[in-house]
Amino acid sequence: MAIEMTGPATMAAPAGAPRDVIGWLRENLFSSPLNSVLTLISFGLIVLVVPPLVRWGILNAVWTGGLERCKAVQGTGACWIFIAEKYRLILFGLYPFKEQWRPLLMTVVLIALLAASMNRAFWRPWLGLAWLLGYLAMGILMWGGIFGLAFEDTDKWGGLPLTLILSVNAIAFSFPLAIALALGRRSDLPVIRMICTGFIELVRGVPLISVLFMASLMIPLFLPAGVDINKLLRAQAGIILFTGAYVAEVIRGGLQALPKGQIEAADSLGLGYWQKTGFVVLPQALSLVIPPMVNSFIATFKDTSLVIIIGLFDLFGSARLAANDPAWRPFYVEGLLFVALIYFVSCFSLARYSRYVERLARQGDQR
Amino acid sequence: MSAAEHTPAEAASGPIIRIEHLGKWYGRFQALKDVNLAIARKERIVICGPSGSGKSTLIRCINKLEDYQEGTIVVDGVTLDENVKNIEHIRREVGMVFQQFNLFPHLTILQNLTLAPVWVRKMPRKEAEALAMRYLERVQIAEQAGKFPGQLSGGQQQRVAIARSLCMNPKIMLFDEPTSALDPEMIKEVLEVMAGLAREGMTMLVVTHEMGFAREIADRIVFMDKGEIVEQAPPKEFFANPKSERTKLFLSQILGR
Repeated sequence: MAIEMTGPATMAAPAGAPRDVIGWLRENLFSSPLNSVLTLISFGLIVLVVPPLVRWGILNAVWTGGLERCKAVQGTGACWIFIAEKYRLILFGLYPFKEQWRPLLMTVVLIALLAASMNRAFWRPWLGLAWLLGYLAMGILMWGGIFGLAFEDTDKWGGLPLTLILSVNAIAFSFPLAIALALGRRSDLPVIRMICTGFIELVRGVPLISVLFMASLMIPLFLPAGVDINKLLRAQAGIILFTGAYVAEVIRGGLQALPKGQIEAADSLGLGYWQKTGFVVLPQALSLVIPPMVNSFIATFKDTSLVIIIGLFDLFGSARLAANDPAWRPFYVEGLLFVALIYFVSCFSLARYSRYVERLARQGDQR
Repeated sequence: MSAAEHTPAEAASGPIIRIEHLGKWYGRFQALKDVNLAIARKERIVICGPSGSGKSTLIRCINKLEDYQEGTIVVDGVTLDENVKNIEHIRREVGMVFQQFNLFPHLTILQNLTLAPVWVRKMPRKEAEALAMRYLERVQIAEQAGKFPGQLSGGQQQRVAIARSLCMNPKIMLFDEPTSALDPEMIKEVLEVMAGLAREGMTMLVVTHEMGFAREIADRIVFMDKGEIVEQAPPKEFFANPKSERTKLFLSQILGR
């Protein structure tokens, strides 16, 4: 393909030889008739798309000033001051304006914990304690009600903190659930196998939206009067169960890919079921499925934006909220782009991190 | 019968493995037909026969890697039945070496060796590591302790696999075609380790096509065909004087005479 620019060229060129531009072009962009056609098409598309984008996004864009200037360039230039005007609403949703340092601080704590957890050197028992304390601190920050902090109910939570809370919890809790479901589906005990298979197929067979609707509308119908489970909690549970069912199937793929000899070797050494599963089966099966598993987690991260349909305003939801202001309505695209950028940075970081974990997991695999 | 409970008389003097009227089916195909075999302590048995004769299946029944439908197997006084405790007890006492080595690729050589002693025998890690290093030295591979299985040659991997089994201090060792997946130049190093083990008095059941090894090491050769034991005899007699036509045919094919 025309886009492949590294690798072959550096390998083909003799070391130390001066770079020949024509030769490089021929080798990488025009090596075959098909490649030449693809190169020309790609080039055409770039010419078609990039200049208007640059004109709209940079040259004609409004970076400072007020609404009037935006109105003047409406349709031909981007109105980036929309973001400057509305970023607090987009980032923190309906959380009381004066108290927004609390979700901000919570976000910082959460990201710090995530960053620390990504580093292998920190994989020590105290990290678990740090998470425990972190959860406590984050809960106090978000809810308040003690230490002189005003109480803020979960229906005011929103924006980026809500997105992070929903997706971090979804990933953290769906992962063990998925492992249990995947193992259960392969259990020798028919009852466990049936329950796990039934759960996976049921949850996998319906859209996440309907799971969220059920969590939000139907569960209260079944509960006795006076008992109310928090809406955020219900949505969170729905997302965890949904992700768990998906990831369980991914993990089952890894379990099935494991050579039978590995299990026989563990059996013949006298390892019990849990020892065999914990030391031999899962480490290998999980490392086999890191890429599809991360794929599922990235999907989950973005799917949390569906909570908007049950009246929770996550990052995406509060961007829509910001665009509801009649004066700024024409510029909601800029807001969505801003939100998309945050989503992209998060998902891309997750993808990059998964490569690192893959390398760690593969260190022994040189078969 | 509980796992630890031995029948004292038998544990002391009788056969360490007693297989009686063993029958196994894969669906409607009968893989083992009325197999009877008693193995004495320190006895070295080589099982041979054409492929598909049920020899691997037979030794895999002894530690219940395969299920069987008929007959009984008693290992060191413990009956191999559906009781998980008994199965695990027998597996602790019976080591097994596979054709495909089956080392754990995600663990280092040393971790491969210490896993079962630490978690099954509840041995302190330091002690297990010292034990592992002793066995690695014995199979002449101690300098590779920190490497991963994928970095070793086939012959080295199989020697590690033998050392891994020995770390559990088994009373019996089962070898399921241990050299069949090896390049010719590596077969010798593995057979030498096995011969050393035999000299030390390990009870061994070896499924192999290495007739030179059988002649030199075995106390008894068991010839199987179509799921049955056709003939068993000490090596000299077995090679010089095979009784059944099937044995003669097999020997003529494998020895080329």
